[in-house]
Amino acid sequence: MSMDRREFLKIAGLSTILGGVGGATILGGLRGEDVEASDSSHAHGNRPASTLAMVVDVRKFRNESEYQRCIDACHKVHNVPTIENPKHEVKWLWREDFEHSFPGQGHEFMEEGVEHKDFMLLCNHCEKPACVRVCPTQATFKRKSDGIVMMDYHRCIGCRFCMAACPYGARSFNWQDPRGFISNPNPEFPTRMKGVVEKCNFCAERLRKGLKPACVEACRDNKAMVFGDLEDRNSEVREILRTHYTIQRKPQAGTNPRVFYVIGG
Amino acid sequence: MLDKAIVGSRTYWAWILLLMGISGVGVLSYLYQFHFGLKVTGLSRDVSWGFYIAQFTFLVGVAASAVMLVIPYYLHDYKKFGKIVILGEFLAVSAVIMCILFIFVDLGQPMRVMNVMLHPTPWSVMFWDMIVLMGYLGLNIFIGWTVLAAERKQVAPPKWIKPFIYLSVPWAVSIHTVTAFLYSGLPGRHFWLTAIMAPRFLASAFAAGPALLIILCLIVRNVSKFDPGKEPIQTLAKIVAYAMTANVFFFLLEVFTAFYSGIPSHQHSLQYLFTGLEGHSNLVPWMWTAAILAFISLALLIVPKFRKNENILAVACAIVFIATWIDKGMGLVVGGFIPNPFERITEYTPTLPELLITFGVWAIGFLVLTVLYKVAVSIREELG
Repeated sequence: MSMDRREFLKIAGLSTILGGVGGATILGGLRGEDVEASDSSHAHGNRPASTLAMVVDVRKFRNESEYQRCIDACHKVHNVPTIENPKHEVKWLWREDFEHSFPGQGHEFMEEGVEHKDFMLLCNHCEKPACVRVCPTQATFKRKSDGIVMMDYHRCIGCRFCMAACPYGARSFNWQDPRGFISNPNPEFPTRMKGVVEKCNFCAERLRKGLKPACVEACRDNKAMVFGDLEDRNSEVREILRTHYTIQRKPQAGTNPRVFYVIGG
Repeated sequence: MLDKAIVGSRTYWAWILLLMGISGVGVLSYLYQFHFGLKVTGLSRDVSWGFYIAQFTFLVGVAASAVMLVIPYYLHDYKKFGKIVILGEFLAVSAVIMCILFIFVDLGQPMRVMNVMLHPTPWSVMFWDMIVLMGYLGLNIFIGWTVLAAERKQVAPPKWIKPFIYLSVPWAVSIHTVTAFLYSGLPGRHFWLTAIMAPRFLASAFAAGPALLIILCLIVRNVSKFDPGKEPIQTLAKIVAYAMTANVFFFLLEVFTAFYSGIPSHQHSLQYLFTGLEGHSNLVPWMWTAAILAFISLALLIVPKFRKNENILAVACAIVFIATWIDKGMGLVVGGFIPNPFERITEYTPTLPELLITFGVWAIGFLVLTVLYKVAVSIREELG
């Protein structure tokens, strides 16, 4: 179903009050496929109604503070703990150089600008996510309505199979209670407990309010991170993908990442 | 029949107390880990599975190896195994219990373990691993107990147990195949992404399990009046010899593919394990120990003169056990995480709490094994 639950209940509730047609809405909703079919009528063939994606234009990051502003915005709004020990570190959005972002894709004579550039890394919200495939409890799952790979922190048993499966190292585990490592927690977003896995959620909670992802908003001046719907031909992400040469991380893994990088030119 | 386990010599009780003591230390260490989280282990963001999962993987193999007694005895009517088939089944029971405990102590949120059953997920290999391990545990307890009870009354085992016994054969293969699939189905881990993983697992299992069983038979002969007999031990020794040969052969196939193809990502883990990578070489001494021991064990097992000498055979079996434990435990699990998906290297060393918890689980396993063997052996002694 491409409507989210909250939205569906709102509409159903409202229509019950207004015209008593709520029953019909609920029945339609329960049948599910009707809504799916009508919603995807504008999409092509089997494609979902919407597929959210990110384009990172690394040319536009000019200095360290521009990266840091995005990272801070993300980590702040999601109560990501700041843990110094790299072994226990938790990160949703971070920097990495070309060699380690795209292992095996560089060479010794490559352009220095790209070679020494830092890339923004995050969960790729893959079309075929290996983490979702392996999770034994569906604590990580792919949202049908927009393709976001979500986490249910209350269902995760902490087996870390998803961490072994993710080809992008995008997942962090809470090796300890993270709450002591968050200064000024954001009360609008849950903190996590020890023993569960977490990662970028494409700001699902902000999208629901009609806001852009925190990192995208933080770099709105240089537009280094652009977010949008791949199913919408006229979206900004489609426009950039159409007009620039972009690469994905480890395309050979068969996951079809939804984060794209503009690297030069 | 359990009453047999509560009467025993001083040595028996001293052994039981020792195991209880070690498991007690393990339980206390686990409470410490439970309270502070898995940060008390040596695990990290990059090496997110370690010593616990290594033991789990190795012990699934030990459990599966009971089939090496069941096939000859029940399918080929090899009567000589009649006396020891129960020892194989009970070894499987204790090994599976250890497997389950090792998974449990590895969980970040162990209180939620039932979520695996509450939200059954057929596309997750871990879900199937749980099914096959639970099933195999049930089958072996059920078959072992029924056959032993019949033997005690000196009657033939009931006919209806046969289908369960036949079922246990493919089931044993399945537990290790599914466990191999946990690793070989992951897209980003080059060291594990190999079709030969399951055969390699089975080969090392059929070497390590029967090797342990030979040692256990020799111990049983020394501490009780029950003698498993020379011939079944020799047959087991041949099984170990063939399986260990296949195991080493499969490993060399991996080495060939990685280095002749020249694909760096296929070589990195092997390089890390055997030569060290970019100055990181924690596991190198361990892996060479495993490799050298493996070749020594082959020499001792293949030459009939050595194999037929039970003292040498015992040494060879101990060597097989240690070599496969290093290779399939730490080598396989930790090697798969190094280098990480960014091709950076984070090394791993288990910590003291991690070791104590691990010893604790092994002690619980041996406690179960001792009690089950005590029952089986006492009944054999009674019957003379």
